[in-house]
Amino acid sequence: MSDDAVLSFRFRLSHGAFQVALAHDMRLAGITALFGHSGSGKTTVLRVLAGLESRADGHIAFDGAVWQGEQPRRSFVPPHERAVGYVFQDARLFPHLTVAGNLAFAESRSRNRAAVSNFETVVGRFDLEPLLERRPESLSGGELQRVAVARALLARPRLLLMDEPLSALDTPRKAEILPYIARLPEQFGVPVIYVTHSVDEVAYLADEMIVLSKGRKVADGPVGETLARLDLGPATGRFEAGVVLKATVVGHDTEYRLTRLDLGGAQIEVPMLDAAPGARVRMRLRARDVILATKRPEQLSSRNIIEGRIVEVVEEPSTPFAETLVEIPGGLIRARLTRRSVADLGIAPGVAVFALVKSISLVGGIIAVKS
Amino acid sequence: MTDGGPVFLTFLLAAVTTVLLLLVGTPLAWWLAHTRSRAKPIIEAITALPLVLPPTVLGFYLLILFSPNAPFGGFWVTLTGSTLAFSFTGLVIASMLYSLPFMVQPLQTAFEQIGREPLEAAATLGASPRDVFFSVAAPMALRGFLTASVLTFAHTIGEFGVVLMVGGNIPGRTKVISIAVYEHVETLNYAEAHMLSGGLLLFSFAVLVTVYALNRKAPLNVG
Repeated sequence: MSDDAVLSFRFRLSHGAFQVALAHDMRLAGITALFGHSGSGKTTVLRVLAGLESRADGHIAFDGAVWQGEQPRRSFVPPHERAVGYVFQDARLFPHLTVAGNLAFAESRSRNRAAVSNFETVVGRFDLEPLLERRPESLSGGELQRVAVARALLARPRLLLMDEPLSALDTPRKAEILPYIARLPEQFGVPVIYVTHSVDEVAYLADEMIVLSKGRKVADGPVGETLARLDLGPATGRFEAGVVLKATVVGHDTEYRLTRLDLGGAQIEVPMLDAAPGARVRMRLRARDVILATKRPEQLSSRNIIEGRIVEVVEEPSTPFAETLVEIPGGLIRARLTRRSVADLGIAPGVAVFALVKSISLVGGIIAVKS
Repeated sequence: MTDGGPVFLTFLLAAVTTVLLLLVGTPLAWWLAHTRSRAKPIIEAITALPLVLPPTVLGFYLLILFSPNAPFGGFWVTLTGSTLAFSFTGLVIASMLYSLPFMVQPLQTAFEQIGREPLEAAATLGASPRDVFFSVAAPMALRGFLTASVLTFAHTIGEFGVVLMVGGNIPGRTKVISIAVYEHVETLNYAEAHMLSGGLLLFSFAVLVTVYALNRKAPLNVG
């Protein structure tokens, strides 16, 4: 597993009128999402960390080594000496080499470090055996990215930077590659910084997240808490806003094809999962898929009714809407209501409510099975 | 260089010029393809000057430069004991300047087509800039290297004005094919002129066909 290296950086870089300025210290473990809309400066941050933007001013230190410094004099470690791996949005395989050639290119330049990954292991883990003699131009988008991730790993980076590696892929291809990425820290002992604008990918992959907006950091912390924050609406996106819940599989109802999950007190039913009782799963629940009631509703098609208490209400003055944060046994969920409903039902912090979740809505978020 | 006819001399000159221009032109083309310097248009213009200048103008300035009374020519005399004007070495220097755009421009285009993306990818995989050049850029620009070399070689074979100005007409030293043809025509020796001219015509045609064939084939794959 990762030895929890520390990455600390503060830098400033201008692209014409747009400026990215960021300072952050992080203990690298697992997958950290760098989240924000397009144009928020996410890719720039990765490029600065990798040493691909020599015009950035600032200080970057990784695990005791200074990659870039201003004191006592300007210093800059070039990218090939930083021991970072970089998976680009567009894969960037070398067109003059086969898949095997691309992988060998990386392996022969790997940084001297205790060998966690070797050629056969990586080829096996990414199921690349059938592709080895192929040329990059003959690969599909999903295959290109699998090779690109494998290639980055074979250079034995101590930190893997991934820049929206799934953005060019359709949904089935995304679902095919996500599990490979989710297992990287555990299987290869390398921490990952993962750039994305997709809440689904954050929820599926990341433990910690940093939220960027207009070149600035607006929030950071554990994924669950950060996504639950109501003040981050503009940065995390209202339509996609929601929370990530951790749950344990209780059992299956094979006749009605349902799985019962325990959220840490409250139980809900979701379409049947391929997971054994006791398995830990993560799921995303969007604020717009939650309905609130102040009395326990009856004779309802929705079977998921969770008792909770309002923690916070944020009204959005120029819109019909309000966002609420509800404490339930085992966590927090968000619900998006109209301001009119908030007024009519007297919804305010401290009020006891029943949250209704259409079980079908859980399918929209990706459900990750973590053993 | 005391023996060998104009044909041998011509091909020797073209080969030496091509090899030396590969060494000089590659870094220059690389710099032009990647620089953000404001000097770039000026250097590009200087590189392209031989395309538009009459060869006699280039030859005239080179003659002045090669003069033992000029700093460069004088330095060369103290260094080697012989003058550059009317020598094979002088011809090589003149040919390198004259053919410079034919080496630099195809290479610059090839390097620009590669873009920064594969180079950045290679750097993040641990390849040093030198390694990146030889392992990624050069193989990807292979077609550019071939085109540039063939064009430089062919263009050097066809030069006349600069050679006449700088090299004169010394058998075995500076008398190349184009000069020999000129001489044969002057002396009404049409049979010899036909042979050399026809040979050069066929050779040039074959070279150009090769270049265009290279440019239309599917990407060259190596490794």
